[in-house]
Amino acid sequence: MSLIENKVNDFVVRFANVNGTGSASANFLFTKAIFRMGIPVTPKNIFPSNIQGLPTWYEVRISEKGYLGRREGIDFVVSVNPQSMLNDVQSVKAGGYFLYDSSKKLHDQYIRQDINYIGIPLMLMCNEAYTDPRQRQLFKNIVYVGALAALFEIEFDVLEELLGEQFKGKEKLIPANVKALKLGADYIYANFKYPLDIRVERRNLIGNSIMIDGNSACGLGAVYAGATVAAWYPITPSTSVVEAYNAYAEEFRVNKITGKKNFAIIQAEDELSAIGMVIGASWNGARSFTASSGPGLSLMNELLGLAYFAEIPTVLIDVQRTGPSTGMPTRTQQSDILEAAYASHGDTKHVLLFPSNPKECFDLTVDAFDLAEYLQTPVIMLTDLDLGMNDHISEPFEWDDKREYNRGKILDAAALDNIVKFGRYLDVDNDGIAYRTYPGTHPTKGSFFTRGTSRDEYATYSEDSGAYKRNVDRLIKKWNTAKDIVPAPQVYQDKNKSEYGILFFGTSQCSAEEAIDLLNQKKIIVDAIRIKSFPFNKTVQDFIDSHEKVFVIEQNRDAQMKSLLLIELVANHQKLISVLNYDGMPITAENIFNQITNQILSLKSSPLKEEANGKKNKQNSITN
Amino acid sequence: MSYTRPKFRHPELIKNKLGYTVDYYEGALSTLCAGCGHDSISAGIIQACYELSIEPHRLAKLSGIGCSSKSPAYVLSNSHGFNSVHGRMPSVATGANLANKDLIYLGVSGDGDTASIGMGQFVHVIRRNLNMLYIVMNNGCYGLTKGQDSATADQGSKNKTGNINLFEAIDLASLSLELGATFVAQSFSGDKTQLVPLIKAGLKHPGFAFINVISPCVTFNNNVGSTKSYDFVREHIAATSTIDFVPEMTEITAKYDEGTTKKVKMHDGSFISLNKLSQDWDPLDRLSAVTAIHNARAKNEILTGLLYVNPDCNDLHQMLRTCDKPLNTLLKSDLCPGASMLNEINADLR
Repeated sequence: MSLIENKVNDFVVRFANVNGTGSASANFLFTKAIFRMGIPVTPKNIFPSNIQGLPTWYEVRISEKGYLGRREGIDFVVSVNPQSMLNDVQSVKAGGYFLYDSSKKLHDQYIRQDINYIGIPLMLMCNEAYTDPRQRQLFKNIVYVGALAALFEIEFDVLEELLGEQFKGKEKLIPANVKALKLGADYIYANFKYPLDIRVERRNLIGNSIMIDGNSACGLGAVYAGATVAAWYPITPSTSVVEAYNAYAEEFRVNKITGKKNFAIIQAEDELSAIGMVIGASWNGARSFTASSGPGLSLMNELLGLAYFAEIPTVLIDVQRTGPSTGMPTRTQQSDILEAAYASHGDTKHVLLFPSNPKECFDLTVDAFDLAEYLQTPVIMLTDLDLGMNDHISEPFEWDDKREYNRGKILDAAALDNIVKFGRYLDVDNDGIAYRTYPGTHPTKGSFFTRGTSRDEYATYSEDSGAYKRNVDRLIKKWNTAKDIVPAPQVYQDKNKSEYGILFFGTSQCSAEEAIDLLNQKKIIVDAIRIKSFPFNKTVQDFIDSHEKVFVIEQNRDAQMKSLLLIELVANHQKLISVLNYDGMPITAENIFNQITNQILSLKSSPLKEEANGKKNKQNSITN
Repeated sequence: MSYTRPKFRHPELIKNKLGYTVDYYEGALSTLCAGCGHDSISAGIIQACYELSIEPHRLAKLSGIGCSSKSPAYVLSNSHGFNSVHGRMPSVATGANLANKDLIYLGVSGDGDTASIGMGQFVHVIRRNLNMLYIVMNNGCYGLTKGQDSATADQGSKNKTGNINLFEAIDLASLSLELGATFVAQSFSGDKTQLVPLIKAGLKHPGFAFINVISPCVTFNNNVGSTKSYDFVREHIAATSTIDFVPEMTEITAKYDEGTTKKVKMHDGSFISLNKLSQDWDPLDRLSAVTAIHNARAKNEILTGLLYVNPDCNDLHQMLRTCDKPLNTLLKSDLCPGASMLNEINADLR
């Protein structure tokens, strides 16, 4: 009894498809139906750097408890790719299910005694039902969705409703799709026991959440933020950021009568040019941005240094992928942190933002423009492939119509008339942020020469050591100003409850939160903080100071966030313990849990134990 | 070079239509070598802007890195300037132009900045027909790093240290013609009579205007054996035409012999008036311009003048169909779809 109950709304399905066969929309239909039934669900695309022919997987986790990170252990595999079938059979958990196309007999090598087989003659059924070869191919996908609906008790009305929405305006296509769904379901009804022990049941756990990918949210955020110039170079996994910006801008920013556009998008010749255009447009008073990924960020280094030193607002959305070099272009990682934080030669530092979900992609994109313009510096948003290219359940987007764009310190013609002498790099307000002017503002006042070379307060070229030092020291003052302006971290507890803290950011959030619950079940209590920005504000320092050990969870090999914390804050090297995941797959709660419990075990059995215990007592006495 | 510039100006300096005398168009004092060709080109820019009665603050001057790229500081001190990084001026100019279509954009670059490190951006800004004047101050060498050959140095030419350049030169005028540039001219820094009208025409051209100006480096590339020296250029120059740029519809054709004058009408009603010296060439015909350059090269001549112009081109903004107002003047009300629309977007994502 308990077995069945436990598996309602709590399992993982993996679809093994061939890239370019139209499986994506069928798989999304499956996910969206579960979402519509009010059940938390999270899909992950695991796809090749290829257009057609190579294996691609789509992994869907269904979690009544609302855990939206990836989970190891596949309960059900839908296998429609002979190429990967051997591995796919092996990937099923003992006691799990393997759905396959039984048009041909399954070879012995695919037979395991500890899993259940569900053979459906997908190819034969489709060949019989449809004449057009493309339809035969496409509807195989819909047939297996219909079969899954029967096996998992997905509500048929919901599927039909979704098909109706998908083919709005192309209603002719609906009956053929519904027919395919029914073909699959009917085959299950006639040949198998249903539903399975793993199944879904309608809930009301979604609230008013939405489902969208992070890149689309960034593109929409850029439209809301008033960005008018986008320059980019195509690169996986960031391409859909500008594509989304384009789609939303075409919807909202085109004059219906004249057809003229309140935006401009340039597909540049490379990333150097893309960021150069952003810098030029921002210098000239337009909100402008680019989106890229690791290899692009490497190329942009030179111009990021220019933007930093010449103090030009620059918004860059870096959708991180697995590096180094070309790495694994279609796998995820958080491995551009140090590259982004200190991009370019010389003493440089850049503001970073770390969104964790689509709503934050939207909000932080808007914030990125305000921050870049207020601070007159590059702002790099570090999202990643997992967030950018997968659909996520998210709080709905919000916009306050009273919100004004913060364009920063800009002098118009009237303001220039009221000052004696304009100094582009004069620290008038003592916050390190000087006033700027747009080209074309005033006939005789406010013009200056923007340059990547050293200059004095009046923007005149200077090789004077004093002038150089005053300038770079002012940039640090500005950096310190930024610490109080950038988005504050999320602290999970009002008051510390433990000597252990965990620190994470970006797409580690879901799995980290789940890991906290797993640890709690083992009576290990941890406090938690989620970083949303760099430079770190004081809360981060306080969190580290007030814990004996802080586990830093990140998705790269070299513990880049830990390094950044050690460089920028005051912390003992041994206090920060890395929890790493860098195989290109999104981090799982189990992985975090195992690493933390192992570390705690080894801490307790090592000489550190006494030190840790001693401090623990001390801390307890303080907190008590 | 001088360390100070006398403040004295002739009291009867002629004022232009805006009431400015030519000194209003000057910039900071040049720090280039005395006799540098680049300073002559800067003087040409000043003269052209003065004659066209351009409001200096309505022009933005952009450059990359190198001797040439320093020169925008020496003209138009009331203009905003942007000395960007090596070879990246075209992208910065593209972004700037996209942000505000109402300004005039003047890009100044060198042969290293354009033909080597910046080649990628140069060819793509041509493709996009960005509305700007792009001047290359071409001296065939790297001055700031003490005279290495650049990619425009002619094969076989000898630099100051006696090294013979082994490699084929990149001919920027031919290249830009091949790439579809809509205004291509070539000139010599020592020929102000030709250069000033070309700059004026380039500033008025409604798309990408390219002027390749041979500008000898007096310090590193003015020696015997150099094909970019004053002497060599003076001896090997061949002009397509004499040129005049007429801002308004003033008839000046009388100056020229019947049948040799070609008038090109620009969009704003101004004219380029060419007195053709070479009869087998037509400035409105790209193919004939390409042929004329090739023929001149075969004769070891440097062909100067306005080589090609297409005054009826569409610039980048027209191709992208951007709105009439500059993008940098649009307000939140023009740009932000607002909260109720966002609620609709949310509803579609459920």
